[in-house]
Amino acid sequence: MIEFINFYLVPGLALGSIYALGAIGISMIFGILRFAHFAHGDVMTLGAYATLTAVWALGLHPLLALPVGIAFAILAALLVDRVFYKPLRELPTIYTVIASFGVALIFRSSVQLIWGSQNEVFIRGVQKPLVVFDLFRVSLLHVESIAIIVLSAIALHYFLSRTRTGRSMRSTWIIGASLAAVAGVLSGLDTNIHPNLGWNLILPMFAAAILGGIGKPMGALLGGMVIALVEELSSYPWITDEPLINPSYKTATAFFIMVVLLIFRPQGLLRGRLF
Amino acid sequence: MDPIGLLFYLVAFLIFGGIYAILCLALNVQWGFGGLFNAGIAGFFAVGAYTSALLTAQPSETHVGGFELPVPLGILAAAMTAGITGWAVARICIRLKSDYLAMASIGIAEILRMVIVNEDWLTNGSLGITNIPRPFDGLLEGRAADILYLVIVWLIVALVYLVCNRLYDSPWGRTLRAVRDNEDAARAVGKDVDAFRLQTFVIGAALMGVAGALSAHYFRFLSPEATEPLLITFLVWVMLMAGGSGNNKGAILGALSVWAIWSMTEIFANRLPAELATRSSYIRMLLIGLLLQFVLQKYRPGLLPELSRSPARRRW
Repeated sequence: MIEFINFYLVPGLALGSIYALGAIGISMIFGILRFAHFAHGDVMTLGAYATLTAVWALGLHPLLALPVGIAFAILAALLVDRVFYKPLRELPTIYTVIASFGVALIFRSSVQLIWGSQNEVFIRGVQKPLVVFDLFRVSLLHVESIAIIVLSAIALHYFLSRTRTGRSMRSTWIIGASLAAVAGVLSGLDTNIHPNLGWNLILPMFAAAILGGIGKPMGALLGGMVIALVEELSSYPWITDEPLINPSYKTATAFFIMVVLLIFRPQGLLRGRLF
Repeated sequence: MDPIGLLFYLVAFLIFGGIYAILCLALNVQWGFGGLFNAGIAGFFAVGAYTSALLTAQPSETHVGGFELPVPLGILAAAMTAGITGWAVARICIRLKSDYLAMASIGIAEILRMVIVNEDWLTNGSLGITNIPRPFDGLLEGRAADILYLVIVWLIVALVYLVCNRLYDSPWGRTLRAVRDNEDAARAVGKDVDAFRLQTFVIGAALMGVAGALSAHYFRFLSPEATEPLLITFLVWVMLMAGGSGNNKGAILGALSVWAIWSMTEIFANRLPAELATRSSYIRMLLIGLLLQFVLQKYRPGLLPELSRSPARRRW
């Protein structure tokens, strides 16, 4: 049981925080601007690399250097919206989807051009796990991730329900890009930073956004948690001593959830928009 | 470069250009005729490539088969398996907004990649499949065999082109364009919109499978690297957009011209020092990304725009 919490539940929730932070933006952009933003993962990558540069330059802890990454991601998102998405707004939205594919490639190749394609790490060396009562051994980062998603959820809820600007196109990009940058940094802290960091997460994030219901930020948050938990728990030895699903197929579980949703409940759990 | 070397460079260029032309024609059926967004071209390409490779290769301990079947059978089987995969994907999300089709197709492509890399017993994983034959193997030796293969590839391109043209001009194709341009109107006159879209997607996917098979037979070797999404999915989209969606000639022209740009920048990059060479490959990707944006915004009809001919003036 303790092993279950330490090695499956907590890492699952931490991964869920990353998915959720990305999926909130995807869900809001899909809900308000009406297109699936395929470059969202690469906004995460950009945020992670900008934060890394600040860490190198200022010697700060990555979480303290986050504002730099967030600012950079917001700028990048607003810029591509202006230059690449806005001119296509009169056309069917599928053209914007195609443009976002191109933007994903532009972001990724810019990252490779500026920072190179080798793996980078935020903090060198092995981090000591947090030990509570000699029973729970969890990584500090995972606790931080979960704390960040809770704080983000509260802030987002307040912002969307109490202020009028929350639903405009520009604030959608600002919120989406900021949360994506945070997600990128958390993901980079968990393993390492590389140019495909965000692109590799795009499928589970889309699955999370659909699961939560398109246009429902809180739904996307819930969706991210569910997808990540299913992914992590799918490799738990539920029936025999072997993992239920071979861990190399972990990410496939997100896809299968998405397929099942598209067949039976495309509007998602929280009855989001269906186009 | 000596003339003989140049000639065979041209042969290699045209063989792969032909394979891209088939991919582009296939995408034109899906997107140009039907308005369907397929983001997983590499997946259907891979299914076709592995099907044909496993069916035609010599028996091996390292993967399933090979079954040493004749190459044409392998190519037909490739079209079938890729078509079935396309059917499964389209079946799930054809009634939803095209964005969902994009997500599902990219998803299936990623999962297929995962299967190909992980299931060693089936595909020999990242080590790949060797000894894949070409049609008429043994008839000609060495470089002459490349010329023969070039002819075969372009005969298939011509066949696919004729079929696509026939499809475009048929009542089926006209209905499809009606569905693409005004779904509600097509529905109102009693057309089964979802069925038409499903058929379109399956035909396109099957043709992508044929392209995959041709590439496997060309290299006589197949590994997961051959199904790199960037080189297949993305490049083919840029090709079709630049060439002219909805126009079959445009699809072939787009394939050849973008492939020419891509290949020529590669020759150029290979002459740079090693450090600059890796950088230049990123610049090349960046430029292709920008080219797509340019075409989307300023040059949407492409090099050869779709002709909206009125039925009365059509000759066949």
